[in-house]
Amino acid sequence: MNLTLGTLLPTNESPSLPAIQTATRQPVTLTVNGVKTELQLAPWTSLLDALREYMHLTGTKKGCDHGQCGACTVLVNNKRINACLTLAIMQEDTQITTIEGLSSLDQTSSSSKLHPLQRAFIDHDAFQCGYCTPGQICSAVGLLNEGHAKTADDVRELMSGNICRCGAYPGIVAAITSVMDSQPTTV
Amino acid sequence: MTQYTGRPLNRVDGVDKVTGKANYAAEFDVQGLLYGYIVNSTITKGKIRQIHTDDARRVEGIVSIFTHENRPKLAWFDLSYKDQDAPPGSPFRPLRDAQIQFNGQPIALVVAETFELARYAATLIRVDYEQETHQTDLQANRHKARKPAVGMATLFKPPPPDPRGNFEEAFRNAPVQVASEYVHGSEHHNPMELFASTVVYEKGRYKSGERYTIYDKTQGVTNSILYVSQVFNIPFKDIRVISPYVGGGFGSALRPQHQLFLAVLAARELKRSVRVTLTRQQMFTLGYRPATVQTVALGASSDGTMTAMYHDGVAVTSQFEDYTEVVTTWGGLLYPAEHVKFDQKIISLDVATPMDMRAPGGVTGVTALECAVDELAYKLGMDPLELRLRNYTERNMNNDLTYSSKELRECFRRGAERFGWAKRNPEPRSMRKEHTLVGWGMATGIWDAFHAPARAEAVLMVNGKLRVSSATADIGTGTYTIMTQIAADTLGIPMEDVLFKLGDTDLPVAPIAGGSWTAATVGSAVKAACEAVGEKLFKLARKLPNSPFAKVRFSDVLFAEKAIRLKKDPAIAIPLQTLIDANGGAAVRAISTSVPNLLKQRKYARNTHSAVFVEVEVDEDFGTVRVTRAVTSVAAGRILNPKTARSQIIGGMVWGISKALEEESVMDHQFGRIMNHSLAEYHVPVNADIHELDVIFVEEHDDIVNPLGVKGVGEIGIVGMPAAIANAVFHATGIRVRTLPITLDKLLTAATTEVSTS
Repeated sequence: MNLTLGTLLPTNESPSLPAIQTATRQPVTLTVNGVKTELQLAPWTSLLDALREYMHLTGTKKGCDHGQCGACTVLVNNKRINACLTLAIMQEDTQITTIEGLSSLDQTSSSSKLHPLQRAFIDHDAFQCGYCTPGQICSAVGLLNEGHAKTADDVRELMSGNICRCGAYPGIVAAITSVMDSQPTTV
Repeated sequence: MTQYTGRPLNRVDGVDKVTGKANYAAEFDVQGLLYGYIVNSTITKGKIRQIHTDDARRVEGIVSIFTHENRPKLAWFDLSYKDQDAPPGSPFRPLRDAQIQFNGQPIALVVAETFELARYAATLIRVDYEQETHQTDLQANRHKARKPAVGMATLFKPPPPDPRGNFEEAFRNAPVQVASEYVHGSEHHNPMELFASTVVYEKGRYKSGERYTIYDKTQGVTNSILYVSQVFNIPFKDIRVISPYVGGGFGSALRPQHQLFLAVLAARELKRSVRVTLTRQQMFTLGYRPATVQTVALGASSDGTMTAMYHDGVAVTSQFEDYTEVVTTWGGLLYPAEHVKFDQKIISLDVATPMDMRAPGGVTGVTALECAVDELAYKLGMDPLELRLRNYTERNMNNDLTYSSKELRECFRRGAERFGWAKRNPEPRSMRKEHTLVGWGMATGIWDAFHAPARAEAVLMVNGKLRVSSATADIGTGTYTIMTQIAADTLGIPMEDVLFKLGDTDLPVAPIAGGSWTAATVGSAVKAACEAVGEKLFKLARKLPNSPFAKVRFSDVLFAEKAIRLKKDPAIAIPLQTLIDANGGAAVRAISTSVPNLLKQRKYARNTHSAVFVEVEVDEDFGTVRVTRAVTSVAAGRILNPKTARSQIIGGMVWGISKALEEESVMDHQFGRIMNHSLAEYHVPVNADIHELDVIFVEEHDDIVNPLGVKGVGEIGIVGMPAAIANAVFHATGIRVRTLPITLDKLLTAATTEVSTS
């Protein structure tokens, strides 16, 4: 275990009491966007915090940490889940896809390699501040994978786990239905 | 080349936002970062007797715990804590002393090697309090209403004007009268992004020894740097505040928030980089739209001419700051009644200070006013639209100035036509679809067209690309995009060759982004800076051998397709690249300050207007309300980008639905604590709540408001919406709910009462 500043600095209270050891870090292997990475994580680390704070994949957003807003939606084995409601250690044998893994976009290439939903979100101005957007798009990918949505009303209902405080819902529905229409086989 | 401005273009930051590359305040990777977690008070008023941190300190990985007991010495005077949006009073100072002024007040910061450790250790802190009785209930304290103090903020939020005519007499003599009380709960902004500050501490690389680079969630980096510099006595040159993306603001990030103070405090003391992020629950300890009680009384002659108008309001504020907003005077801007009286008061309670929240005051006051106008229409037996046209004014009656432009009449006409208003049966409960009652309602909206000073820089670089910058913010409003459009058009450069930078205190100064003034304010500065570069290019062009521009004036040229051209014969041109080369291969640069032309502006009233038409369906058995379709037609000067502007109006309409039907911060006054402090219980619209929303822009040509002729669209979308919904609910049900939000319990209770009394 690393020595930390906290253990080195003198404290003014109860110096004689023993230190409280919490969950120790242990190796956790995650497969994110096709890449296997071994991390040192305490077991109480959520998948969301593992992605954001330990892998610096900050495209996945924290909006509530309680599974109430959907900003942290990622795909686990192609199913959409809230990354804040699962521990990283529970996802060692799964394929995790985040917003960073949806497009084949690298640093230099143009936007033409965007996932059709990413493209549609831009074209339909389906966001304003952009904070809920990665979660919305991952959720929409999951929605198309599920194949239950047939109409715009279905999309509204089945996308209601993702809050957009900017109120870009009409654009979000338009973006998703445009992709549904152009890819009838996925639906 | 076609102009970019006025076209529905995609956002220039779109790719960054859909790929996850857009970085928000908590998302900057820093070596050796520490995490801070805030502990909040669990009482509402009193004093911390003792704060036990020993258990928390024993947790391995804890670096430090800051409380009022070990807080370092900071600025002494209130003035140092005042930010650009501070109301009159003494700003809240985290960890100042043992006093508790509101529930959820931050009382400690736990700093640890990981977020998980800080969060855990925070749970081990125990606090002994000395509790005092608190007052948090507006209704129970109405007798304490008083006039607010006057201060700098009063400049933008003036108190009501003096009464005109004799309201009491005119109202008494009016053959048709309405008078009602309207109650609104308080609301929290709840932007999706949690408030966060990442403070990067560096030592030794600079002469002064210490350097703070702060990634902050803010609607104005300038505001944050001023605050940090004053409070911590750190010179400006050692601080840089950066905020390229803001995950929603709606007013909540207009003032520096607790996490900025605490993160800087910890970084300075520990000499390490620190990040502090609030939880969603802690977001409810920040500012909010205050609860209000308003009374509106209107008197009219039997032909519908409004003769008498009264509007008063009381709003909640904290014990330490007099937050006010313009609530009660909008009637004087919308209707030409001769006998008017406005009054506005506040009540200090043991709560956090309220803050500007989307259309502060405007949506509150106009909602009450426009519901009252609807009530008057029913009493007169007149169509609500016809009543508004009967009382149309070309002047702001409060300051007796003519509007610089006002296409509200055209908004009414086109909105009504698109909606199909003419087919409305005015009788309540007359329209129905199976088991749902259908209602159509309408209202007017109004907001200010502000314009403030700002600076911008434009640099035509040696590679022919244009870099433009200003320390403003894009909180989702589209600032990046519209500024790129303005710059591209001014110098005739393709948008893809223009890079606009914002959200950085190293850039030319701009005010906080709020009040719908950024397009006008920063847009004018960007235009001026690009024009200044244009003048320099013109001078270079004249100096070229055999220059076709040698004998013409600057007003005779234009910039298009990467060249300077003669207006009367655009084929005569010199490419910009040639001019850069002529500049000795150096970039052509200019910084400009745009200052409002007050001499011109002061002669006119300057506002945006909207007409809102709404259809609701109310389930007769359950009292649930759905807004099935709505049309908003907006007159807001020139629209720079109909795509992003439409999104702003749609967003405002969604906020209107939320205010009318869903959101309210509900307090348990016994504890002085908000009960529904999560996104599960604080209801905002989800996708399934939003149906057909339609936006019409009625363009206005306006040379007065600012050089661009824009008025801003951030607020106007929400202003008229709640009243239109409430009026539609009345039309559907025959029940007038004057307490927002209109939840099913209120409708069902009213329905039961009506049945039992009839």
